[in-house]
Amino acid sequence: MSDQNRLSVFKTYKLYVGGKFPRSESGRVYEVQDHKGKWLANAPLSSRKDARDAVVAARKAFGGWSGATAYNRGQILYRVAEMLEGRKSQFVREVAHAEGLSKAKAAEVVEAAVDRWVWYAGWTDKIGQVVGGANPVAGPFFNLSTPEPTGVVTVVAPQESSFLGLVSVIAPVIATGNTAVVIASEKAPLPALSLGEVLATSDLPGGVVNILSGKAAEMGPHLAAHQDVNAIDLTGADADLARELEIAAADNLKRVLRRRTEDFTGSPGTDRMTAFLETKTVWHPTGSLGASGSAY
Amino acid sequence: MASVFEYAPAPESRSVVDIAPSYGLFIDGEFVEAADGKVFKTVSPATEEVLSEVARAGAEDVDRAVKAARKAFEKWSALPGSERAKYLFRIARIIQERSRELAVLETLDNGKPIKETRDADLPLVAAHFFYYAGWADKLDHAGYGANPRPLGVAGQVIPWNFPLLMLAWKIAPALATGNTVVLKPAETTPLSALFFADICRQAGLPRGVVNILPGYGDAGAALVEHPDVNKVAFTGSTAVGKSIARSVAGTDKKLTLELGGKGANIVFDDAPIDQAVEGIVTGIFFNQGQVCCAGSRLLVQESIQDELLDSLKRRLSTLRLGDPLDKNTDIGAINSAEQLSRITTLVEKGEAEGAERWSPACELPSAGYWFAPTLFTNVTQAHTIARDEIFGPVLSVLTFRTPDEAVAKANNSQYGLSAGIWTEKGSRILAVANKLRAGVVWANTFNKFDPTSPFGGYKESGFGREGGRHGLEAYLDV
Amino acid sequence: MPTTASAASAFADVTTSESALRRFLHGLPGVDAVGLEARAASLGTRSIKTTAKAYAIDLAISMIDLTTLEGADTPGKVRALAAKAVHPDPTDRTTPTTAAVCVYPDMVATAKAALAGSGVKVASVATAFPAGRAALPVKLADTRDAIAAGADEIDMVIDRGAFLAGRYLEVFEQISAVKAECGDRARLKVIFETGELSTYDNIRRASWLGMMAGADFIKTSTGKVAVNATPANTLLMLEAVRDFRAQTGVQIGVKPAGGIRNTKDAVKFLVLVNETVGEDWLDNHWFRFGASSLLNDLLMQRQKLATGRYSGPDYVTVD
Repeated sequence: MSDQNRLSVFKTYKLYVGGKFPRSESGRVYEVQDHKGKWLANAPLSSRKDARDAVVAARKAFGGWSGATAYNRGQILYRVAEMLEGRKSQFVREVAHAEGLSKAKAAEVVEAAVDRWVWYAGWTDKIGQVVGGANPVAGPFFNLSTPEPTGVVTVVAPQESSFLGLVSVIAPVIATGNTAVVIASEKAPLPALSLGEVLATSDLPGGVVNILSGKAAEMGPHLAAHQDVNAIDLTGADADLARELEIAAADNLKRVLRRRTEDFTGSPGTDRMTAFLETKTVWHPTGSLGASGSAY
Repeated sequence: MASVFEYAPAPESRSVVDIAPSYGLFIDGEFVEAADGKVFKTVSPATEEVLSEVARAGAEDVDRAVKAARKAFEKWSALPGSERAKYLFRIARIIQERSRELAVLETLDNGKPIKETRDADLPLVAAHFFYYAGWADKLDHAGYGANPRPLGVAGQVIPWNFPLLMLAWKIAPALATGNTVVLKPAETTPLSALFFADICRQAGLPRGVVNILPGYGDAGAALVEHPDVNKVAFTGSTAVGKSIARSVAGTDKKLTLELGGKGANIVFDDAPIDQAVEGIVTGIFFNQGQVCCAGSRLLVQESIQDELLDSLKRRLSTLRLGDPLDKNTDIGAINSAEQLSRITTLVEKGEAEGAERWSPACELPSAGYWFAPTLFTNVTQAHTIARDEIFGPVLSVLTFRTPDEAVAKANNSQYGLSAGIWTEKGSRILAVANKLRAGVVWANTFNKFDPTSPFGGYKESGFGREGGRHGLEAYLDV
Repeated sequence: MPTTASAASAFADVTTSESALRRFLHGLPGVDAVGLEARAASLGTRSIKTTAKAYAIDLAISMIDLTTLEGADTPGKVRALAAKAVHPDPTDRTTPTTAAVCVYPDMVATAKAALAGSGVKVASVATAFPAGRAALPVKLADTRDAIAAGADEIDMVIDRGAFLAGRYLEVFEQISAVKAECGDRARLKVIFETGELSTYDNIRRASWLGMMAGADFIKTSTGKVAVNATPANTLLMLEAVRDFRAQTGVQIGVKPAGGIRNTKDAVKFLVLVNETVGEDWLDNHWFRFGASSLLNDLLMQRQKLATGRYSGPDYVTVD
């Protein structure tokens, strides 16, 4: 049968929450268009209850994910890169539609996103050595500072860079053991929703990343005020929303990564990881070997 | 206490410190009056004696000070790091030279025992300046990229519990990284910061690099809200910390907060008991428990509860409460009438909610603000005294049965600043420390501090770290 | 008051076998070295002034086991020491006597005669002091000999080799045997040589082992090794006697020995006693200093308090 005559199968885009692919509990969808205004698909218009469910899933996943070995997290992030590489053509098409890029340009973006997963896969078992360490305290104590994930992080993903930007904000959050609730680009959510499918097949435990499509202005305030969320990344919020969310975030003193303009094609550095890391310092007596003789 | 072997009073001499009858604000290298001429009195909490009358900063003074700091910033930040380092080394050395004087001053103004100001506060203050002095010309190697830049003017608001030490924690890293500073000490303990201003003068620090504004909360609010402040650092209550976080929202001001705590001190059945008892005492009675990282919740394994409490009560009976200037004093005065009333209210709530209150026989002086060391048993997670920060010499005792339960209870708090673990089993220390959501974990010790060691909280205990390499980040544009 | 014999019976079940004894001793709470030393050091900062200091000096003098344990000891040396024990300061007859004179067994008779009627006790080291490397019958004979010569107190050494090799029951039985030899005639001080036991955990175990075996006193050291009494090891032993009394009702004495040379140090030890076990132990029946040069420093400080002038070594006797 020739292709011209075949009616293609549309994809129903769904959320990615707790390792599953639910529709919005609200039953709402909104129309997603390409950069020329052509209908692409209907995306779920997530509600505050979807956001709440995502936080529950993220919290539930936190213990296991933060407790996994850094090596194991690295393996899984690398697996994400492998899976993405295999589905490159799909993402090239979606990114091209979403961002109005040529196929070649879109391919560059997707390849950069794959490489970004690889970059962060390698960081999981190195960041602790780079930002932690032993402190030479003046006394008979062993004293070690180690970075630890802060917990559940809400991520307002970049609006424009719907895929490379998205990966660039999610990967550093989870590389260090946090779990994430991601509000995808409002106008270009499809690459994000498809990323959920990649994550689901990459050995990433359910709930580590939760992806919501819809309006940041609708879900953001609830997530920013949520008492069981530990941090918020405001990268994709506009100035007014960012301020509103930062104020709400003060209720339980969330760690806030403020909005900023960022060229996601550049080298990522480490600050997106350290923004969501706590430093824990553990002290223990060493015993002295002084003149007192009995010393252990 | 054995009656045949009473310690004679051994007061540290007050004559080493000369407190002037009045002090001004320290702005642009000069002591000046407040623009509106307002003043307030600072008293000795041990006697209620007025120590001095101090100018009270208002919004206009804040603006003057920020302008002075802004003006000084250009040259100060352009100095070679090695020159800034030498100023800080000078300051560290002068503090060492004047440490007895400053210890006595701090004890007079704060009410804490001279034993603590002499053996803990002042040595740590000098060490902190000495430590950050060494960073000033090594910032390229601090892990924040090449040539990291300062932020500009730092507005810093500090509490009354460790007045000079908190000043050091704020000012030393700020200056080392090339920022200039406007600092507001707490209204009940302004004096050591004003003496520090004099130390800056002795060290020849350029004018405007450090500005000290004694005052109340209104001055603190004006400072953190000032549009020309680039960095806000606050140590104090969680409630004020949240309001500051709201006020800087949407600005470019970098914020670090070091706030409250409800530290769990976990004692397992295989603990080194005698040292654990000492650690519990240090954990909650150091500085009358007015310590954000105090071990105010004792979590004791149920199987050794009786034995441990007997030992603890016996030990508490040997604590000596009284004249803070007496070298033999273990427990000094509560810092203010206001704080005393807060402690009293919470303790009454503890009793009303059915917890069992105990204090050793302890005579309180008639003048001043005092509270006897207090221990509550039969406390559960549901009691207010197990959840709210009391900031006083009051220990709530809870029990647990298994390590999992200990961790769950320890973490069951809005705070996450400190925790203690007492066990002889190494793997248990590491496993429990790993699971505790707290910025500082002391295993088989408690309330240890060091300038090289980052300090700060999880959750509502704040964010950012002070001390160590980590402490530089708060003052760098990175 | 319960006796050491009743204490021994209270622990009968743990001393029946090597394994039971090991389990008991290794079940004692551990000691964190840094915490222990920090506590001892912080008590050392207590400030003692004027009247309390005068009291503390006299108390310290009365607690001294004035000691000579040299190969070169002679009757003349021992008699001189005994005279000093009775009248530490010839210029001031209000000075208290020391608690005891401590000598080798062959000097006991000399010391006894020199101290007759003074109330000052004669303590004798025994059991192949200081190494303790002799067979049990020899140790018992050594003890018997000292007691027969008139010793009021026996300072025995434990077999550190056996202890470090884990043969706790053997150490226990040796102490019990020496205790039996002492009977009602002499109080038994058991020396652990803490510097050789090396760890604080070992010192706590040795303390309990000694107390269960019938020691009247537990004593840190012989004075013959590099590290002798320290504030920390003495604090630890005070905690042991405190806990032992809480458990059994039996009070045991403590004797730090060696290395305590001046008044300041001695007062620090008394502060340790005061704050750890309290006034029940502030008496030479329950606390002793094994020392020799300490006495002269105490006497000089005593003279300073009395006259207001600093004294000098020519104003105390050299013995």
